[in-house]
Amino acid sequence: MSRKLRVATTSLAGCFGCHMSLLDIDERLFPLLDLIEFDRSPLTDIKHCGPCDIGIIEGGICNAENVHVLREFRKNCKILIAIGACAVTGGLPAQRNHLDLGSCLTEVYLTEPGLAHGHIPNDPELPLPLDKVHPLHEVVKIDYFIPGCPPPGDAIWKFLTDLIAGKTPELGHGLIKYD
Amino acid sequence: MSELETAAHPENLRRVAIDPVSRVEGHGKVTLLLDENDRVHQVRLHIVEFRGFEKFIQGRPYWEAPVMVQRLCGICPVSHHIAASKAMDMIVGAALTPTAEKVRRLMHYGQILQSHALHFFHLCSPDLLFGFDSDVAKRNIAGIAAAYPEIAKQGVLLRKFGQEVIRVTAGKRIHGTGSIPGGVNKNVSAEERDYLLKDIGQIIDWSRAAVGIARRLFEQNLEFYNKFGTFKAHTLNLVRADGALDLYHGGLRARDLSGNTLFDHYDYSHYWDVIFEDVKPWSYMKFPFLRSLGPEAGWYRVGPLSRVTQCDFIPSPLAEEQRKAFLAFDNGNAAGATLGFHWARMIEMLHAAEVIQELLFDPDLQGNDLVNIGERQERGVGVIEAPRGTLIHHYKVDEHDQIVRCNLIVSTTHNNQAMNEAIRQVARQYIDGRKLTEGLLNHIEVAIRAFDPCLSCATHALGKMPLEVELLDAAGARVDVLTR
Repeated sequence: MSRKLRVATTSLAGCFGCHMSLLDIDERLFPLLDLIEFDRSPLTDIKHCGPCDIGIIEGGICNAENVHVLREFRKNCKILIAIGACAVTGGLPAQRNHLDLGSCLTEVYLTEPGLAHGHIPNDPELPLPLDKVHPLHEVVKIDYFIPGCPPPGDAIWKFLTDLIAGKTPELGHGLIKYD
Repeated sequence: MSELETAAHPENLRRVAIDPVSRVEGHGKVTLLLDENDRVHQVRLHIVEFRGFEKFIQGRPYWEAPVMVQRLCGICPVSHHIAASKAMDMIVGAALTPTAEKVRRLMHYGQILQSHALHFFHLCSPDLLFGFDSDVAKRNIAGIAAAYPEIAKQGVLLRKFGQEVIRVTAGKRIHGTGSIPGGVNKNVSAEERDYLLKDIGQIIDWSRAAVGIARRLFEQNLEFYNKFGTFKAHTLNLVRADGALDLYHGGLRARDLSGNTLFDHYDYSHYWDVIFEDVKPWSYMKFPFLRSLGPEAGWYRVGPLSRVTQCDFIPSPLAEEQRKAFLAFDNGNAAGATLGFHWARMIEMLHAAEVIQELLFDPDLQGNDLVNIGERQERGVGVIEAPRGTLIHHYKVDEHDQIVRCNLIVSTTHNNQAMNEAIRQVARQYIDGRKLTEGLLNHIEVAIRAFDPCLSCATHALGKMPLEVELLDAAGARVDVLTR
C-alpha cells in the first residue's frame, strides 16, 4: 500500500454544511481514512495547512483573513477543490454585495434599538471585512468545482474515490445538484 | 467588566493566539496577553466574521425565510428552518395541524440527535478519551477510529440516523425544504416510518451507552472534571407549560446563579422586554444580557446544561432516570460543571431518540392535513431550543409580503460572555504562570468546545431590530402604532 494522501479542508465564508455533507458519507468515512489523512481541517487541531495532495475549500471570501488562508491552501495543495455554492459563486453570503458595508455596520452596531453601548467593533484582532463576497476562483486558480448547497455526501464520495484512484472525477447525472 | 477581559497595560505584553479555534463549527480565535513571567493579563474569544443575513433578507418574500436563513449553519440548519417557520406561522396566522406539528417535531429531534452525536463523537471525544494534552496528531476522529473503533462506529451511525430522520421529513439531509409557513409540505409515509423504526431500538441503546461514557469520565477524574473551567451563571431556556423539557416550543424560564426564578413561562413573542444586547469592540458577536440585571451582571448560559438542570422533568423515562442521576451525582457538582455540558448533552440525545420512537408510532405522521392558514399578521417571532440553546427569530412583513425587518439571536450568541468566562477561568487554573505548551492551549479550546458553539451561526449579525410602540385602549384594541 502506498502512502496515504494528505487532505486539508477549511470553511471560509461558508456554513460548514459542505463539511457536514462530507461526513454524510457516514460509515464510508472509515475506509476513506485508510486512504487519506487530514492536515488542517475543522476535524483536526492542525492550525496551518502544510504540503498536501488535495485541498478542499467551502465558502467564499468575505474578509482579509479568508484571502490569507486561501493563498496558504493554494501554495500547499497540489489539487484545490472549490466545494459548494459559496465557494463556486459566493453563494448566499454574496447577497450582501449590493449593500454598503459601512452603513450595514452602522445599523447593526450603532443605531439598532436594544443595544446597551453601541459602537462598531474595530479591534485590530478582527480581520477587515471586504466590501464584497467573492468566489474562490477570483483570487486563486481552482482545479475542480463541485456545485450544490451542499453537494450530497454521495457526490463527495464519488469525487474523492475517483480522484484517489487516479481517475478524472466524474459525477454525472443525479449527483450534480444546484440546491 | 469581567476580570481578565482587558489588560491594564497591553503594550508591554506578549500576544499568544489560538487561531483558528478548531473542532468547533465556525470561525473564532482566542488571544491571550502574557507578561514576562507568563502571568495572564487578558483572555478573549473573538468572533471574526461578519455576514449579513438579517440585512439582505429584507425585501425577500416571507416564505423564502425558512429556506434562506437556515444557510447560516450547516450543522443545525433545521433549527433556523423551524424557528423561521414558527415565526411565519404567526405571519400567516396559522395554528398547526397535528400532522404538521408532529412532522416538525420529528425533524427537530432528528437534528438534536445528529448534532449532539457529531459534537460528542466527531469533535470532542478525542479530548475526552485521549486527554486534553494528548498527541495533536491523533487528537481527532481518525485517532478515535483507530483506538476506539466501536465508539467511533456508534458515533457515526448515531449521526447518520439523525440525518436520515431529517432527510425523511425535510427532503434532504442539509438545507431541506419540509417546513413551510403554516405547516409542512409532506407527511411521513408508512414505508418511511418503517425504515426509521427498524433501527430505533439500536439507536436508543447506543444513546444510553453514550450517557454512560459521559458519566464514567466524571467518575474517573472527579475533581478535575468538576472544576475545569467551572463558574456560576444565570440560565435561560424554554420549558413546556408543565415545566417539562421541550425543545420545540414553550415559555422562557430564567433563573439567577443562586437558582431563584427571574421569570417563568414568559411569552417569547415579547422577548425584547427581557433581553438586551451589548457590543464590545473586539468581537463581531454581540453580548446579550437580561435587562433586569443589566449588561455587567445580566449575562447567562443557554444550552443542554441549562435545559437539563432547569427543567422540572424530562418527559421520557430513560432520559428522566438519567437526569435524576446527573443532578444527584456528587451532590450536584457535575450538574454545575462546565464539562457537565457533555453529560447533559448525551442525556438530551437519549431523550431525542426516545421522542423519535414515540413519534414514529403516532398515526398522525401519516395524516394528509398539512397546512393551515388564518388571519395575516405583520409581525412573527419564532423561538425554539436548538441543539446549542435558545434560538430567536423575529420578522416584520409588509403588505406586499416582503420581509422589512429581521432580528436573529442565535444560541451561541447567548453564550458569548459565558464562553469568555469559561476560558478566563481555565487560563487562571491551568495557564497562569506556566510555560505554554500546545496541550495547555488546547485546554482553552476544550472549555469552548464544552458549549458546542456554532460560531458560523453567530456571525450573521447585520440588521436592525424592529422597535414598535403600540398604544392600546382599555379593551386592548390598538389605537396607534409607531414603528422605527
